[in-house]
Formats: sequence, structure tokens, C-alpha cells
Amino acid sequence: MMGAGGSVLKKRSMMLFCAWAAIAAVGCGGRGGGRAGGSDLSGTIEIDGSSTVSPISQSVAEEFMAQNPGVRVVVSTSGTGGGMKKFTAGEVDICDASRPILTEELQKTKENGVEFIEVPIAFDGLSVVVSKQNDWADHLTVQELKKIWEPGSTVKSWADVRSGFPAEPIALFGADQASGTFDYFTEAVNGKKGSIRPDYSPSADDNVLVKGVAGTKGGLGFFGLAYYEANMDKLNLVAIDNGKGPVKPTPETISDGSYSPLSRPLFIYVSKKAADRPEVQAFVKFYLSKEGVDLIANKAKYVALTPALYDMSLKRFESRKLGSVFNGKETIGMRLEDLLKDEG
Amino acid sequence: MAFSAAGSPKTTARGRLVFETSFRIVCTAAVLFGFVVLCFLAQQLIKDGWGSLSFKFLESPPSSNYPERAGIYPALMGTIWLMGLILILTVPLGIGSAIYLEEFAPRNGFTRIIQLNITNLAGVPSIVYGLLGVAAFGFAAEATGSQDLRKSLLAGAVTMSLMILPLVITASQEALKAVPRYHREGSLALGATRWEMISRIVIPSAIPGMMTGIILGLSRAIGEAAPLITLGAVTYLTFSPRGPLDLYSVLPIQIFDWAQRPEQIFQREKSAAAIIVLMGVLLLFNAAAIFLRSAARKRLH
Repeated sequence: MMGAGGSVLKKRSMMLFCAWAAIAAVGCGGRGGGRAGGSDLSGTIEIDGSSTVSPISQSVAEEFMAQNPGVRVVVSTSGTGGGMKKFTAGEVDICDASRPILTEELQKTKENGVEFIEVPIAFDGLSVVVSKQNDWADHLTVQELKKIWEPGSTVKSWADVRSGFPAEPIALFGADQASGTFDYFTEAVNGKKGSIRPDYSPSADDNVLVKGVAGTKGGLGFFGLAYYEANMDKLNLVAIDNGKGPVKPTPETISDGSYSPLSRPLFIYVSKKAADRPEVQAFVKFYLSKEGVDLIANKAKYVALTPALYDMSLKRFESRKLGSVFNGKETIGMRLEDLLKDEG
Repeated sequence: MAFSAAGSPKTTARGRLVFETSFRIVCTAAVLFGFVVLCFLAQQLIKDGWGSLSFKFLESPPSSNYPERAGIYPALMGTIWLMGLILILTVPLGIGSAIYLEEFAPRNGFTRIIQLNITNLAGVPSIVYGLLGVAAFGFAAEATGSQDLRKSLLAGAVTMSLMILPLVITASQEALKAVPRYHREGSLALGATRWEMISRIVIPSAIPGMMTGIILGLSRAIGEAAPLITLGAVTYLTFSPRGPLDLYSVLPIQIFDWAQRPEQIFQREKSAAAIIVLMGVLLLFNAAAIFLRSAARKRLH
């Protein structure tokens, strides 16, 4: 009996120590908003949604749980659409999203009486890549991309893209229709969500696309920047010219908006009902704290928002700002700062 | 039949011998083909995954932040729980249905329709069962006012059991059909009642065949991810289920999540190691079933 009581006490004091360490660590981070809360928190937080955002949520959840052992955070990946379906029905607490909530989904939240807070958490750059043997295309204009990818495109070889390019046959690789990346790329490049030439090689698995482009001399593909960064030895990055000169995607060009139109914000949507629970509050605040941002940038390898934007995100959450600033529209060409500033 | 059709022009002794030999070569090649592909895949898996396999890998939760520390404990426990629950549900239901259909059911239009449906259901894609599960447990959610039941291990096990039941029932029926008629008649002639005949003569000799059906069914269920994701199985969690009503993940979902990560360590090494573990679990289950089957056979002789 004594032994058992002693070990419980020991566990307690360990937990208290962990909580203290957590608070101290966050406190030292210098951002008052990022208080992680004590380990007396408990409960289960359910997250579902985009497979692009999932690694970020997993990474943040892992560290949050290390500091709050009483809380269980689970992350599922049914895609942004699948996650939204559950979120708008009130089945999960948080939805990971690689695009803003759509009009139909907004409608669903109204029907089901689900109120939510939209919290931007990071940027994702879509990289356009070619194989290592491609030594001619170091940059492409948005018009050239459109010429290659639009429905009814007649581009068969690189020579059709720009005079001076060799007559190497072009082979196209890209995300398949189920992916938020596909929606974003087609809207940004071809001007309409889902419109794309039918004769490209689609895959839901970005690693398949990497292999395809790397193994074809005339290959061209697009996917999240993280996949280029993991395969820099096999691929060349193409700079994108949107009228202001060629820009390569880097954390800087993505977060200041100059890598346009292929950078997009990523979100978590938090249901208001869940946001009333202390463990969910602590989790979202941890997400946006210095520690959370560090995980986003250095562990999950996404592009962090600017500190000012994280402050705005946190304010949105703390003041329970309901609804979406996008009103069902896509984010292309919109600057997050302007959108969030407008609402004050 | 193939012999008489293809062999009829070759009536000379030499012709028949050539045909005989080439037939054997074709059959051996068919086996070798599968074997060589399997060896190639296994070799690739072991090359990628062996380095990550350790006891630590089995008992650690998955980790995004420290890939070298990432393990499969929650998914492994989820898979074992799920398989256990499926067995508990499938064995009595599957074997019971088979015995009823073979031994008791009258041969009329109604049972023929049931029979036809069971055979057809065996070929339905797994995702359809996932959707069926969502619909069925949707009603449960309306009744209880919470979605927790739908996301539970129990819901996953019920859905997977429905998926493999047709397979188990059909295999068990075949096993029952294979029991020689004179065994049944002999025992009835010696004064056994119908139930005594079924329980002491028919079922014991059909057990090995029924076990084969259960092995095949479990092997199909253990590799499924899609229907479970549809139901609400979780991709990332750090704890093992505490009971049949808890949240869970399974190995195929963990493998899928890792295989599509950009990092080589997840994409190749960790996912290969998890596949090896999945195959290990499957082999263990099958080995246990085969052991029981041969024990049952021995008792027969």
C-alpha cells in the first residue's frame, strides 16, 4: 500500500514538474499568448482534415501532449473535403484545411448550428519542378504554365513552350482530383478550379510524382515545397514569373507574398463549442505560440506566417471571431494581412 | 478435360510425353512467378525496413518531431484488438450461418436468394462496407446523440466482420458439403439424433475447411484501411485502445500515413518496417489457425 501511494505521489510531482517546465519554457518564449496551460487539463481533442496540414497538427499535438499528459489529441486525415464534412456536422473539434471553407460547407454549418473560428496557421508553397537533366527551364511565366496545363493545350514538347527550348517531349505529373493541391493549382494557373488538360499523369501520392519527374528528362510537375526539399538532389526548382520577374519559392518569398500565385495559407477551423473547453483553448494557443511556430517551421517544414499574422490569428481565436473571411472564395491573389486587417 | 481437348491430336506416346512435360513446366512457372515477385518484394522490404525494426519500434508511439523515435505501438495494438473482436464476431456468426444453410434450411426460393446474395457480397469492394458501416452507425448516433460509437473499435470490428462474413460462410459451407454422405447416414443409422450427427460427426470433420475460410477472411481484414478511415479510425494517436468503445488506429493506416510523407525515413524505412510487422502479425494469426487446424485434423484420424 505504502509503495503504491508513494509511486502515485511521485507521478504527481513529476507531472507538476512537467507542467511547471512547460509554463516556464513558454514564458521564456516571450509571447504572452502562448501559455500552454497546466497538466491538470484532460479530455480528448479530435482533429480531422487535410493530409497537407496533418503533419503540422501531428507535430504540434505530439509536443502538446508531452506537456499535458492528461490530454489526448488524435489526428485523422480524410482530406480537407472529408474533414469538413465531419466538422460541419459537428463531429470533430478541429478541421485541418488546405483551403478556405467553401460556400456549400458554410451552408452546412448553418443548417447544423455549428459555429466556428477560422485560424490561419502557416503558408504552403507549391513548387514547380523539372528533372536534374533539364538545364533550360530555370524559370517559367504564369502564362507559360497556363499554356502547358490548360485544357486543350497543344504543348507536346518543350519547344512549344518557349522558342529556344529544345524539342524534348514534355511529360506532366501532378496531384489528382481528390487533393486540395489540385484545386489550388488549377484555379491559380488555369483560372478555374478543376480545369486541366486530361493527358497528364495524376497521383495522390506526391512521392510517385517526385519519381516521375526525376526519371523523365522532359518531366514537369507540381507539389508541396516540402517534397522538393526532401528531393533536392533529384529535382530542379523552377522560378515563377508573375509579371515581376522570376521568383523561387523560399520561406521569405512565400510569407511576404512575392511568390505568387502558387503560395497558399493553411488553416485550422475550430468549432466554437470545442473552443469553450479549456484543453482545446490551451491546444490552439500552443499551436500559435512561439513553440508551436517553431514546430511548424522546423519540424513540419512549412512556412511560418509573420509574427504579426500569428498575433492576428490568436486575437481571432481569443475574441471568438466567428465565420470565414473568405466567404467561400479561394485565396489566390489575396493577402492574408489585408483580409485579417480589414475586420479590425 | 484440358488434357482430352488439347491432347487429342497427339496420340503417339512421344507426343503425350512432350505434352505432359510442357504442362508441368507451365505449372511450375506459374508458381515460380508468384514466388519470385514475392521474394523481390520481401527483399526490398527487409532492406528498407530492417534497420528500423526493434523492440523500441513496437512499443513507441508514432512521432513526427523525432522520426528516428517513431514507433507503431498504438497501431499495432489497434490491429490486434480489431482482429480479436472480428474473430469473436465472425466465428459464431459465420459458422452458425453455414451450418443453418447447409444442414437445416429448407431448399426453397428464399434460401436460394440468401445463398445468391452471400456469394455476391463476397465480391463487394471494401469501401462499400465502410459506407454501410457509416450509415448503420449513423442511426446509432442519432439514437444516442453522439458519434462516439461510430468511431469506436467495435464499429470497425462489426463493419469488417460484415465484410468477411460472406467469405467465411461460403468456405464453411463448402467444408460442410465435403463431409461424405455415408458419414452422416452411418451416424443416423446408429441411432444418433440430427444434432448429435452434426455436432459429433459433421462439424469435427469440417473444422479444417472452416478454419481456412477464417484465415482468408482475417487476412483480408487485416490489410484494410479505407473502410476504417471512412468510419472514423484515427491516423495519429499515441495511446492504445482502452476498450472496445475507444478510438483506435490500425497498421495499414499508419503505413499509409508514413508512405506519403516527404521524409525518406518515414517514406521508406519506417513504412517498410511497419509492413514487416503487419506481415508478422498476419503470419502469427495464420500460424495459430493452421496449428489449430492440424490439431483438429489429427483428432479426426
